Amino acid sequence: MGSAISELPSQRTPLADAAETGLKIVIVGGFGVGKTTLVRSVSEIRPLNTEEVMTQAGVGVDETSGVAAKTTTTVAFDFGRISLNDRMVLYLFGAPGQKRFWFLWDRLFSGTLGAVVLVDTRRMDDSWYAIDRLEHHKTPFVVAVNRFDNDPSRHSLDEIRQALALPEHVPLIDCDARVRSSGKDVLITLVNHLYEQAKAREMTP
Amino acid sequence: MIRRPVDTGDPDRLYTVTGGRSRADDAFDLVTLVVSECEPTAGMQSEHTRILDLCRHPTAVVEIAAELKLPITVVRILLGDLLAMGNITARHPRAARSIASLPDSALLQEVLHGLRHL
Repeated sequence: MGSAISELPSQRTPLADAAETGLKIVIVGGFGVGKTTLVRSVSEIRPLNTEEVMTQAGVGVDETSGVAAKTTTTVAFDFGRISLNDRMVLYLFGAPGQKRFWFLWDRLFSGTLGAVVLVDTRRMDDSWYAIDRLEHHKTPFVVAVNRFDNDPSRHSLDEIRQALALPEHVPLIDCDARVRSSGKDVLITLVNHLYEQAKAREMTP
Repeated sequence: MIRRPVDTGDPDRLYTVTGGRSRADDAFDLVTLVVSECEPTAGMQSEHTRILDLCRHPTAVVEIAAELKLPITVVRILLGDLLAMGNITARHPRAARSIASLPDSALLQEVLHGLRHL
């Protein structure tokens, strides 16, 4: 390892040869809320971008028009990765919260460990929809408020919890997506939450 | 933030790459890790060659898609070909595909441990 022989044109950092388990965490939020920033701050690789295209035969795609029988849905998303150990690698996906994205959820993100809803207090409406969809897909999640500026009208977490009608059991935290340690804390909060849930499930026969 | 659109080329190109197929092999999750089992051979489709080059070390499906600048579905089709020919092996995620199979606490503890030591 560590040799600088460029066997590939791009500067890829390969995974350990023993890597066998890929895991997913999805970061959902509106445009410009800082999803890519959060991915970048914790990722071991420069965030990459990819997309999925799906042609579907009008399965409730757009209720407002009976026009197209076939619709092409394209969703672009960023991702980064964290090698947790030699065998396990965690992929972080920054996903747009808009409507067409959710049609691809099962196809892209089934089996995901959980999700982070990244909130910008100036645009809370974006978060409503994401929370509703995650509940629908039964994906466990935490909510992180990105405090990237010194917002003078800073809302307290209690106010935000009320505004989002967020149940008590869903963790809600502040973060600064630009700061690695803060991004790390967000992920730890999520996985801790998942761990507690798993423990509780395993206790009940 | 300036988002550069992924260059998927024109639809004709995608059609050519997949030989006209649009149904993907659903066995490949975004984070399935793919490993080459052979060297590319002369005359192989260029995308197959690139995948075999990339996957000398384990590489996730989503990373292959990003490197090849192709949509996930197209990459799944190409991987299905390579798997059928025995040119790659796939390490599938443990908890994938089923909504009901939530991860157990032992797995999550390992994840926590890894994150805390970043």
